[in-house]
Amino acid sequence: MIILKEMLERVLLDELKINVLLHRLSCQLLEFHGDFTETVLIGLQPRGIFLLDRIVELLKNEYGIKDVKVGKLDTTFYRDDFRRSKKIHFAKATELNFEVEGRKIVLIDDVLYTGRSIRAALTAIDYYGRPSIIELLVLIDRRFSRHLPIQPDYLGVQIDAIEGDRVRVEWKSEKKSDCVYIEKES
Amino acid sequence: MNKLSVNNLLGVQDLTKKDFDLIFNTASQFKEVINRPIKKVPSLRDLTIANLFFENSTRTKLSFELAEKRLSADVINFSSSQSSINKGETLVDTVNNILAMKVDMIVIRHPYPGSAKFLSQNINSLIINAGDGTHEHPTQALLDCFSLIERLGDLKGKHIAIIGDIIHSRVAISNIFALKSLGAEVMICGPKSLLPKYAESMGVNIETDLIKALRWCDAVNMLRVQNERMNLNYFPSTREYSKLYGLTNEKIESIRKPITILHPGPINRGVEITSEVADSENAIILDQVENGVAIRMAVIYLLASKMKNISSAE
Repeated sequence: MIILKEMLERVLLDELKINVLLHRLSCQLLEFHGDFTETVLIGLQPRGIFLLDRIVELLKNEYGIKDVKVGKLDTTFYRDDFRRSKKIHFAKATELNFEVEGRKIVLIDDVLYTGRSIRAALTAIDYYGRPSIIELLVLIDRRFSRHLPIQPDYLGVQIDAIEGDRVRVEWKSEKKSDCVYIEKES
Repeated sequence: MNKLSVNNLLGVQDLTKKDFDLIFNTASQFKEVINRPIKKVPSLRDLTIANLFFENSTRTKLSFELAEKRLSADVINFSSSQSSINKGETLVDTVNNILAMKVDMIVIRHPYPGSAKFLSQNINSLIINAGDGTHEHPTQALLDCFSLIERLGDLKGKHIAIIGDIIHSRVAISNIFALKSLGAEVMICGPKSLLPKYAESMGVNIETDLIKALRWCDAVNMLRVQNERMNLNYFPSTREYSKLYGLTNEKIESIRKPITILHPGPINRGVEITSEVADSENAIILDQVENGVAIRMAVIYLLASKMKNISSAE
């Protein structure tokens, strides 16, 4: 017998709220990183790149930071679920065209869930060198679902979602508008 | 799909267009890895790979070994000259003994065509064919195509000529399968005695005049004359072969267009290719060697990702 599971979808954040959060996160980065000379913003592939691009756009256009060093990091080869999970990840481009040694790094991702992607990112960065500081910026923190002792330094919103729920972030550069949905099984 | 359609890499004949795309995409990411100060990823730290070479090899063996080490796998090497094969042990027994030491993956080169497939049917392990006699050399064809795509872009409709000792060449057969899967047109060219009779059935153009082949093609893959596989004379003399089929600057200049030049190595300088051509800007021979490591990392990684799930095995 086939059981069809229906997903109920609810809007968690709309475009206006996301815009406010992006401005707040950019200001918090400015407060701690000044003119960004020693700082590198690294987006995690694949979905963290959208958030990275938006924050960089704000820093440049709204807050007058001329030169922000950015990178993209794919954590596929550093994941701890290789040959353990049914899902096979597809490797995407890593672009870190600078030395990480001694730099301040801010990892950027859209949703923080179990923390395993972030752990893989920390391992990956370790293979490039030893930064002075690594921080974490996320738009959504799914609290109470962490598998590892990892917490964000810069946080959009915290939400309560149980296992099986799905949090989906859409950006206007790929869909019609910025929106965060939560999908629950009915 | 993020999965290969095959569980072993026995030949490129078994691969689909999607498999090629997945392998090339993954290899691009590994190429970035091997150009970093720390050229390693930890993905395969819980796997052991045995390289079984029943035939001489320098490049392929080193390339596989580096690829495995850069994926953090444990590696053991075996070559038949130092083994119990000389004491009368069969291939299946040799491999089963190695597997009893808890090896997860076998890379095999063997002088007999079909040996990799034979092993895959008789032992319980993952197999990568690193060359089986005159049959196939899949990773070489993959790295040749990957290097060509880097230089020429999409291979669809491109003209690729394979020159020289086709009849003894697993590189030629694997390249023909791979290039045709990727939409390229293929020509083979050499003395008639070195062109196989089955070539027509593979859907390739056949030519015996090197200049005509050069005029036709965008890229040329120069093969070595495999004297070690010849039990009779296929052409009158090396000097004559070199005069008619050796790639020289004069011949390239006479056709007045740039041609990308590949060679799977080892090169016999002055026989199938002159030093000036082999070291020229249009030759991508060293790119092929670099890409060989990235391609082998991709193949090993993608096959390993399909291996029995660790948590379900326990």
